[in-house]
Order: sequence, then structure tokens, then C-alpha cells
Amino acid sequence: MSDQQMKTIKDMPRTDYFVRGHGACPGCGVAIAVKNIARILGPDATVYVPASCLIVFSSLYPTAAFKWPFLYTAFENTGAVISGIKAAYRRKGKETTVVGMAGDGGTFDIGLQALSGAADRNEDVIYVCLDNEAYMNTGIQRSGATPFGAWTTTSPVGKKIQGKREFKKDLGAIVAAHGIPYMATLSIAHFNDFVKKVQRAKEVKGFRFLHILTPCVPGWRSEAAKSVAIARLAVETGMWTLYEVDHGEDKLTYKPKMMVPVKEYLQLQGRFRHMSEEDIKKLQAWICEKWKHHYYEEIPVPPCELEKGKKELITDEDPLHGV
Amino acid sequence: MVMRVISADHAVAHAVRLARAEVIPAFPITPQTLIVELLSEFINDGELDADFMPVESEHSAMSAAIGASAGGVRAFTATSSQGLALMHEMLYAAPHNRLPVVMANVNRSLGAASGIWLEYNDSMPERESGWLQVYIEDNQEALDMIIQAFRIGEDKDVMLPVMVCLDGFVLSHTVEGVELPDQDLVDKFLPKFTPLDVLDSENPKTFNAITPPEYAMEMRYRLERAIEGSKSVIGKVDSEYGQLTGRSYGGLLDTYRMEGAEIALMTLGTATSTAKVVVDRLNGRGKKAGLIKLRFMRPFPGKELIEITKDLKGLGVFDRSLSFNGFGPVFTETRNALHSAQFPITNHIAGLGGRDITFEEVKGMFDVVERSARGESFKECNWHGLRGVTV
Repeated sequence: MSDQQMKTIKDMPRTDYFVRGHGACPGCGVAIAVKNIARILGPDATVYVPASCLIVFSSLYPTAAFKWPFLYTAFENTGAVISGIKAAYRRKGKETTVVGMAGDGGTFDIGLQALSGAADRNEDVIYVCLDNEAYMNTGIQRSGATPFGAWTTTSPVGKKIQGKREFKKDLGAIVAAHGIPYMATLSIAHFNDFVKKVQRAKEVKGFRFLHILTPCVPGWRSEAAKSVAIARLAVETGMWTLYEVDHGEDKLTYKPKMMVPVKEYLQLQGRFRHMSEEDIKKLQAWICEKWKHHYYEEIPVPPCELEKGKKELITDEDPLHGV
Repeated sequence: MVMRVISADHAVAHAVRLARAEVIPAFPITPQTLIVELLSEFINDGELDADFMPVESEHSAMSAAIGASAGGVRAFTATSSQGLALMHEMLYAAPHNRLPVVMANVNRSLGAASGIWLEYNDSMPERESGWLQVYIEDNQEALDMIIQAFRIGEDKDVMLPVMVCLDGFVLSHTVEGVELPDQDLVDKFLPKFTPLDVLDSENPKTFNAITPPEYAMEMRYRLERAIEGSKSVIGKVDSEYGQLTGRSYGGLLDTYRMEGAEIALMTLGTATSTAKVVVDRLNGRGKKAGLIKLRFMRPFPGKELIEITKDLKGLGVFDRSLSFNGFGPVFTETRNALHSAQFPITNHIAGLGGRDITFEEVKGMFDVVERSARGESFKECNWHGLRGVTV
């Protein structure tokens, strides 16, 4: 199957460069994303992983889950290290794809400066942000990616304050504002879209940014079997939007038929269990604004409740369950 | 060979050009900036075929240099003071991954009592990081040592990063006559970089996996042995360079009028030049005074010092930084190496925050050494050139 024909999940190569035996939790969104990105990027790639769950579950001496050349050094420097590796390859005339795979903490927060520097210089690399919405590796601490209301160990549910009080940082807008050749948001539940975007990132030259929502079973307090369903609901509720900016051209790559109330998403995750009606309303209003921004469509707050039958279809009969 | 009248910063840039560094990630900081400015000019004028990467911080400069070195090319960067402190975290990644990055650190005081002037409190704490560290005396040595640093670091028995430290302003912005060796000569002395291990998709290797306690300690031990092992390479490279250029620096350390000396001072950096004049004057008055010029702080020439100092009656150790409530780092290392010595060893702190070190002050250091050698009691740690304070 040549790269040009890779349009859907069926076209994906079956050779793994992120192999079984790694130490990720069952249902880990990061592992699903990384395994499939590796399949699409193929054999001629080099990966840098900063401090994150991924470094721990992929590369614990003397084991290695990546069949790619691999480097790790620190937390905040993904943008810089991949720039350096690519510069070496450029000097040697090598075409190898250089990819950095960082978490949300390593991208939204501590790694934002190096990311901005690499994007500004339009380095010829792929930067992947595996966004599980908190510092999961250190034990579920709040990051700039954590959504409003979510419990984490540093936004605990207290008597006075319950969960995170700030809304999720719009990283996509920040990265896109650098005017890079390609950026896209991805979901592990929308796989044809996933395949196309990774493939596009592979083809484009210059700085490419892939932002993937990766559900985290222990951090989101969810069921392992529901990771993909939760990722799908994130998109259907408007918590996550699938779009790309290809050489300055914005494009929505998927639009839900109707907005599903955010409650449907929240109720599958223990991290939101404590949320008051008032906080849920606040989050819903924020989503409605976001929805308007992305889809140019006004949604009355709160949106209509789902019929029972439909809800079952979305959460339990996901056709891509277990991918 | 041509002779040019240039600053040490420019001498460093010329050395990097002659060494054909391939990737140069850098960030500006005074008094280092002249180095990367001139390197940028070399690249834009086509005189150096390299990638200059204008990164957004020193942390990223070192990160990118590490990435490039792991990718198998010769990488160089330069910094000073706060910039080196910002790199601190990344410094530790290069030695264990055996990546021979070369860096010029133009010494400048770090932190509050803030200034841009000379002190060694930026680079001295980094001697714990696993980098080889050398201090230089003049602009010619700056050029020669950068070229040698690549050769030493890239030696297959070493494979370690090298930090070349030069005095801010006293050298960095002061011009002297510097001999630029011919490109052919440098090419002969410094072959193309051949890494031991490299990031290569045709032969994938994992660099720097998370290392549990079952393995980490052995890795530390191997690094320790490699640093000790670099001593012989440093000596070998120094003599080979001497044969090619006529300039040899003694390797780990150099001596001045130490033959028959009864008292001696150990200095590093530009203070050495000042001290040489004082040594001459003292000898002119019949004193048997000598000088030890420390070049490498890592590897530290402990055994070599024992041999050189064996006939002394007193030794003073100059430090341009100190560990608060302790001593200067050079003194701490020296006295530790000479713990069995039968003569007094005193510490002499001077020139902090860029204060000039005068002949009078160096003479004051020798006075203390001479009198302590005669049996007078002195403080172990003596400050020279303090104003308004009775010491």
C-alpha cells in the first residue's frame, strides 16, 4: 500500500514500530495513538520522548518498545531536541522523519517555550502532543490542558473549592498562530480522520503539529473498555473539535450531527463525579461558545437532552470499540 | 598560518570555523555573544558550512546540541553565567550519553550582586556534571583549546563533552595577536567526527532509557572511569598539537619556575599571567617562588599535583569563586589531593564579581604562603582586595 493511497483505517500498514510488551495501562489512549502513528510513519523515523508516561512504559532499561532510534533527556525540551536531531540528519543528507512525542504537561506548560521556538523556526519535524489532560505520570496533577471542573490531585475536591477552576488552554490556536505548515487535532475514536491527518503530517515539509486527545483510565477514573467511546463522546459533546490548519487554510474535518450534552461525557468519568449542577452549566456554556467559534452554529444553553436509545448507541455500541 | 589581532571570543569563533562544526544552536548572552555573532557571519558569508540554530533559550541550545550530537554530527555552542545555569539540567544528559559536544563558557558572575563581570561561580558548580572542564589564560590558548577540545572529546576512549572556560571581558573583549593555523593543518589534526553510537533508522538504538537501580550505578562508574581515562588523551593531544603548531600547554596543568621552588601559588585563567610577573619579581629578590597553572578542573590533576609539589614548603591556592561557608572549589580539590602533604596550604580568594587582581594582591598571597611556610599561623581562607573590611 503506497502512502498516497492511505486514506482510511483499512489502508493502514500492519508493521509495528511500537511493539507489544510495553507497560501501558489497559485502555491507554496514548498507547493506541502512538502505536498507530508509528505504523503510518513507517520504518524511516526517529523519536524523541520527553518525561512522560510514554518514556516510562516504552523505554525502561534494558527494554525498548520502539523499533525506531529513540532518545530521551528531559521534560521541557522536545521542540529543541527534535530540531537538533533533524539538523544532524539534514547535514548527513538523511530523509528520516523526526518526531517528538510529548504529553500535555510537556507541551502546554513546561515545554511551551521550546515548542514555540521550533515552530517559529519552522523546523522540519513532527511534534505530537498526547493530551491526557493532566500530569498522569507523576500521579494526576492539574495541567493547562485539564478541563474545567476536573478533579486532579492538585485540583482536589475540597470543602471550599471543587476541581479545576480554569478552562482548558486553547493550545491549537496558540500553535496555529505561529503560521506553521500543518497542524491538526486528532481523536482515537475517529480513525479514518486520524489516518489521513498523520499521513498528511508525514507528507508535509516544515513544522507539523498533531494534537491528540488520549483518554487515561486511572487519571480520568474511567473504564478501560470505554476509552474509545469516551474519546468519541468528547467530539460529539464539543469538548474536543476535529480540525486541521493546512498551510493557513482552516478546515473542520468532522462535525457532529447534533451537540450531545456534556453530562453524557462527564458521567463516564470519575474525575467529574463531584461536579455541581452550577459547574456543569458553566462548562456547558463554555462548550456552547467553543461550538459557535468552531462550527458557526448557535446552541441554546443547555442543549436538548438525548433520548435514551441514542445514548446507548454512542457509549456502548461504538463500531471502533477496541481498535 | 596568519596572525590576527582579535578578541578571545573571536578566537573561539575562528577555532570553531577551523574545526568545521556542523550544528551550532545558540542564544545570546554577554560576554559570550561575540562568538555566535561571528559564527553567524562566517555561515552567512559561506566561510563555514554549518547550520546555525537561533534557539529561544540556553536550555534549548544545549538540548539541540545534544540532539545533533546524538544524530552524529559535530555540535558546538557557547554561553555564560545565567545561560549556563539555565542549561544546568541539560548538561547532565551529554556525558552519560557519551556525546562530545564542545561548549565555550565565557566566565561571568552568576546571580545576585548581579553583574556581567568575571567570576568562576558559573562554571565551577558544573564540574559535577561529567563534562571535562578547562580554564585558559590567553586568546591564543582559547583558539588552540577549542580545536583540541573537539579532538579530546571525540577520541573513542573519551567520548565526553568539553567545556572551555575563558575569562569574561579580560579575554572575551580584549584583543591580542592570535595565530590562526591553516585549514589543512587543522583538518589533519582533527578528523571528521565518528560517533560510537548514533541515532540511525537503519540500525535503531535506544539512547537514555529510564535506568533502574540495578543498572544505574555501573553506568556512573563507567563515566567516572572515562573521565579519569581522558587524562592520558589530554596529554597526548597536547603534545601532538605542539608538534604541529609549536604551541604546547602542558596538558592538565602547566608550571612556571617550579624548579627548585620552595613556595608556590596555584592559579587558573588570566590571573596566571599577573602571577607570572610577581613570580619573576620575587625570584629577582632571591625568593624561591614558583607558579602552577591549573588548566583542567575535570579531570582534576590530583596525582600530578602530588609529584609537582613534593619539594614545596608552602602552597597557596587562588580561587575566583567560593562555596559559601566553605572554601574556593580549586582549594577544596587541591587540599583533598594533597591531604598527605607536610607543608601548609592556604586558600586565596580574589577577583570576585570582576574586581581586578593587582600585582600587589598576588604579592599579598605569596606573603601569606611564605610566612605560613616559615611556621606562622594563618587563616586557611584569605580574601585579597576587600575594601573597608579588616581581614
